[in-house]
Amino acid sequence: MAQVSHIADEQASTPVSSSKSITLRIARYNPEHDDSSQFMEFTIPYERWTTVLEAILEVKKHFDHSVAVRYSCRQATCGSCGMMINGKPRLACFTKISELKSDVVTVEPMNNFPIIRDLAVKFERLFDTHHKIKPYLIRDDAELESDEKEFLQSPEEVEQYIQFANCIKCGLCNSACPTMATDSSFVGPQALAQAYRYVADSRDKGKDSRLKIIDESHGIWRCHFAGSCSQVCPKGVDPAMGIQLLRGYLLGFRG
Amino acid sequence: MTQDEHKEGIKGMANPSRYGIERVAYWLMRLSGLGLLAYFVAHIYETSTILRGQVGWDEFLELTQTTEGHLFLAIVIAMCVFHTVNGIRVMLGHGGVGVGKPARPDYPYDPASQNYRHKIGIYSAIVLAAIAMMYGLAVMFGE
Repeated sequence: MAQVSHIADEQASTPVSSSKSITLRIARYNPEHDDSSQFMEFTIPYERWTTVLEAILEVKKHFDHSVAVRYSCRQATCGSCGMMINGKPRLACFTKISELKSDVVTVEPMNNFPIIRDLAVKFERLFDTHHKIKPYLIRDDAELESDEKEFLQSPEEVEQYIQFANCIKCGLCNSACPTMATDSSFVGPQALAQAYRYVADSRDKGKDSRLKIIDESHGIWRCHFAGSCSQVCPKGVDPAMGIQLLRGYLLGFRG
Repeated sequence: MTQDEHKEGIKGMANPSRYGIERVAYWLMRLSGLGLLAYFVAHIYETSTILRGQVGWDEFLELTQTTEGHLFLAIVIAMCVFHTVNGIRVMLGHGGVGVGKPARPDYPYDPASQNYRHKIGIYSAIVLAAIAMMYGLAVMFGE
């Protein structure tokens, strides 16, 4: 990735109380007419609570409104603002500049995702693999047909999968995965963790069909337990654990 | 990898930094695996020299009696020990052993699969490989 720096010397047009500032380096790339990415640098004032997303929006507001970035909820719930921040996949709205402990903050689009423009990436493949593992309850009967109108579960049964139900489909795990870095066909930690989420659900009867989907050469066996997916997950999903427990079903250790 | 895919490629896969000791172990596992594969190929060539008779066999074995040969064998010992010990850790993990149990996550999230048991396993593999290598060097360079 070519790194050509453009220093923006102008200051923010609105007065700020902060005396601290960082250099924000933003990767710029438009696949329609650029051969490679270039970095633009901006000097951004920040407070203790300023997030990386807020710094990027400051750039859009005062320096260059053409910076492409996807965001929505600003509270680590929608999973839209995943990007590489100082070399690691993180949510921009969940990462405070002060916690990075660096005078230079570099933001790039997530690895292992095709770039739409600048910091925005395509999620088609993630959603395709997510759909591939049938992310819904599979049963012969339906909730609405039952007299009880609901499928009861004990707290212990809920605990088996609730951690994995926290996935917000931000894609950070797929971005950190070393296998995703080289294998374009690998189903990825996000989809595998979701496969475990439904397999472990006591209401679900689709275990065999899901295991059949992931039991292939570019499926679960491509994971080599590097654990990077779990380290970057902003919701504590721990895909690495889900994948290893899922293997327990395939290897016959779990029922 | 094409810009369209924006994959990190082998350079990103092999980068041992950023994600802690688990990624270092992942990197060392691959490095030692490739190293041992290269050694096995060399070993097959080495044993094939017996076809040239006693003289050919002795000539090739002399290569391992040099300082460079000793260092090479010491590295092979280290790779063998690390790959074995770390491989056992990974196999146990693949069987669901030591990766924790699903639970409601509380902030700050510490992934249970990256727990102290696996970290001890990784550090043990590194320490045992270093001890085995030093022992091998002591035997080869001894006296």
